[in-house]
Amino acid sequence: MSYLTLAYASAFYFAVAIMALGLAYKIRQFWVTPAPLKIPLMPAPMTQRGVAFRMAREVIYFESLFKSNKWIWLFAVLFHAGLVLALLRHLRYFTEPVWFWVVLVQPFGIYGGFAMLAGLLGLWARRFLVERVRYISSFSDHLMLALLVMIGISGLTMKYVAHTDIIALKAFALGLMRFDLQPLPTDPSLLLHLGLVLTLMIVFPFSKLLHVPGVFFSPSRNQVDDAREKRHLAPWAAKLDVK
Amino acid sequence: MAKKPEFAVPQLRKELENPAIVEGAMAHSQPYMASPEHNTDLGFPGELVDGWEMKAVDKLGDLLNKNRALRVYLDSCVKCGACTDKCHYFIGTGDPKNMPVARQDLLRSVYRRYFTWPGKIAPKLVGAKDMTKDVLDDWYKYFHQCSQCRRCAVFCPYGIDTAEISMAARDIMDHIGLGTKYNNEILGKVHKIGNNLGLPENALINTMEGLEEDVEEETGIMVRFPVDKKGADVLLVTPSADFFAEPHVDGLIGYAKVFHQAGIDWTVSSYASEAANFAMFIGSYEQMHKVAQRIRQAALDLGVKRVIFGECGHAWRVAYSFLNSLAGPWDFLDPKYPKPQHILEVTHDLIQRGAINLDAAANDDKVLTFHDSCNVARATSMGGIEGGQFIIPREVIKASVNKFVDMDPGTIHEKTFCCGGGGGLLTDDLMELRVKGALPRMEALQDVVDNHGVTHMAAICAICKSQFAKVMPYYDFPMDMIISVHQLVGDAIQLGTKE
Repeated sequence: MSYLTLAYASAFYFAVAIMALGLAYKIRQFWVTPAPLKIPLMPAPMTQRGVAFRMAREVIYFESLFKSNKWIWLFAVLFHAGLVLALLRHLRYFTEPVWFWVVLVQPFGIYGGFAMLAGLLGLWARRFLVERVRYISSFSDHLMLALLVMIGISGLTMKYVAHTDIIALKAFALGLMRFDLQPLPTDPSLLLHLGLVLTLMIVFPFSKLLHVPGVFFSPSRNQVDDAREKRHLAPWAAKLDVK
Repeated sequence: MAKKPEFAVPQLRKELENPAIVEGAMAHSQPYMASPEHNTDLGFPGELVDGWEMKAVDKLGDLLNKNRALRVYLDSCVKCGACTDKCHYFIGTGDPKNMPVARQDLLRSVYRRYFTWPGKIAPKLVGAKDMTKDVLDDWYKYFHQCSQCRRCAVFCPYGIDTAEISMAARDIMDHIGLGTKYNNEILGKVHKIGNNLGLPENALINTMEGLEEDVEEETGIMVRFPVDKKGADVLLVTPSADFFAEPHVDGLIGYAKVFHQAGIDWTVSSYASEAANFAMFIGSYEQMHKVAQRIRQAALDLGVKRVIFGECGHAWRVAYSFLNSLAGPWDFLDPKYPKPQHILEVTHDLIQRGAINLDAAANDDKVLTFHDSCNVARATSMGGIEGGQFIIPREVIKASVNKFVDMDPGTIHEKTFCCGGGGGLLTDDLMELRVKGALPRMEALQDVVDNHGVTHMAAICAICKSQFAKVMPYYDFPMDMIISVHQLVGDAIQLGTKE
């Protein structure tokens, strides 16, 4: 077993552990922190089912962003939808035999890769071209975009410029899952691609990528409009009632 | 006409393009600080405490554990820019720190520094900042340039509500001894006397008797304005501005006429003679709780069956969304009615049932438009239907006036613009901010004045009414253009035809 394979394999386990534990920690923190008051943005659904529908609209087609700004919306949808397709395409490396629908999704994964890059570059351009967005961008915002763009480019490089040995790669991936390490191909674009993805996984729970769990915990969007009917009381606030 | 301002009043724009960024454009704007006794009256330190830096950080940590919204909102922003052009204060001033995300970042940078790994290890990289005097100065200035209207949140993909963040920042500042004169002095009056104005019981009784005489003189009918009437069915809780100032008082007269014709037995309380709860503005749950408990106490003491709130925006937020948490359960009230109820819900229901007679022709000298108050629009509802807060006021206006037009759809309903004076900023020391913040509403109003001959704008919020009466003259609108919805009802109601 080469040092390189060992290094990437251990980095992989490390990154998965950091991402999983970090996210679990943050999600637990969001979960246990009480929302002391009813603050849904009105008009809000009056049932739990309605809230689920509202949340689905936000998560699937970015309803509020659409209301706000069509350019950001367009780039954000291109990026996120592209990313989803690209991720689904990658499932072929982790399944054996490859699931039927993952086979079907393969070409869309490629389109997704391009859409993702287009969206990212659009979002990045806004950080330079739109005065307001330039003002609010910090260095880490640029770094995050750079990271994602490089992931996209290194991935597409392997499809169109310098093929890697995907049979060996798949053996490596399956080996990781089965704790039976197999040698990793050593193409630079693959090593770069994987290294960047692992970096992304590690920064996930410490960065603005927390918007992924955060969106579901936003009280202004996940609360039901029923304050007059049901008394809503945080445990720490209940203590104020007892004098 | 208002006296000549010491600042340039913005021009009404024909094309609504975004303002150019002018750094520091409003860096001189801040409210008067509270004197030590105004702070200590509320249990806060009198002045900036020793070691305030870490005490502020500790308070932030305390709030992070108590308020999920704060925690999630500080973690979730991706700086997409969706909110950047949505704040009326940014539109009116061009100061980049009035962009909602930039305002949030004043607090978020401190959060990152003390509560996240990247901020502890590499603060520069992620825009994390130490809690310094410069940061605190920016907090005091710019968290008092937010009217907590929630407009930015409507457009945020995560619903990040800058109001929650500015409330937290103000709460932290109060806890290290940095309060505002306007809010803390008023809250002290509520705790001592029962209302924002400091109107004592005998003055309240005199005022209400005076109103009885005025109405009788004008209509020939004795309409009661009861105070502290034990055993009344309804406790009316209304902003104290309704007791004495134009155009508010005409709204109060309207409520009284509605109650009179519908035969509703009502009273106000001298102990809880205030619907407003400025503790919301300073983000203090404890203070809000204390103020709200007065209403519970009054309802119990007077033995009423229903609690009805008068026209007041943030008060309706506290009433509709918070009162059950703060001062519930309200199981001693009549379960047939919502607890509490808005006066517009009551009037609307009476109109529907034909229990009051309105003649809209009485208001034929007017063409109306309606300003959705931010707190009513984005933080409450009415009538038990989604969007009732938009429908019910308009239905009541249309029953009272023949000519009504809405303003531009991008400026009403959930997208309504704040009047510019909400969130504890309705003070003369912030006049420039108030005038500039009113710009988007003034533009939408000018549009319906020019194209539809609108003569009056109705509102259901005491702050909106006071703010507009004050700032409209800067934009060459007459100050009496702003009126209460219940003034229209009161003028249209045909007394003596039902009762």
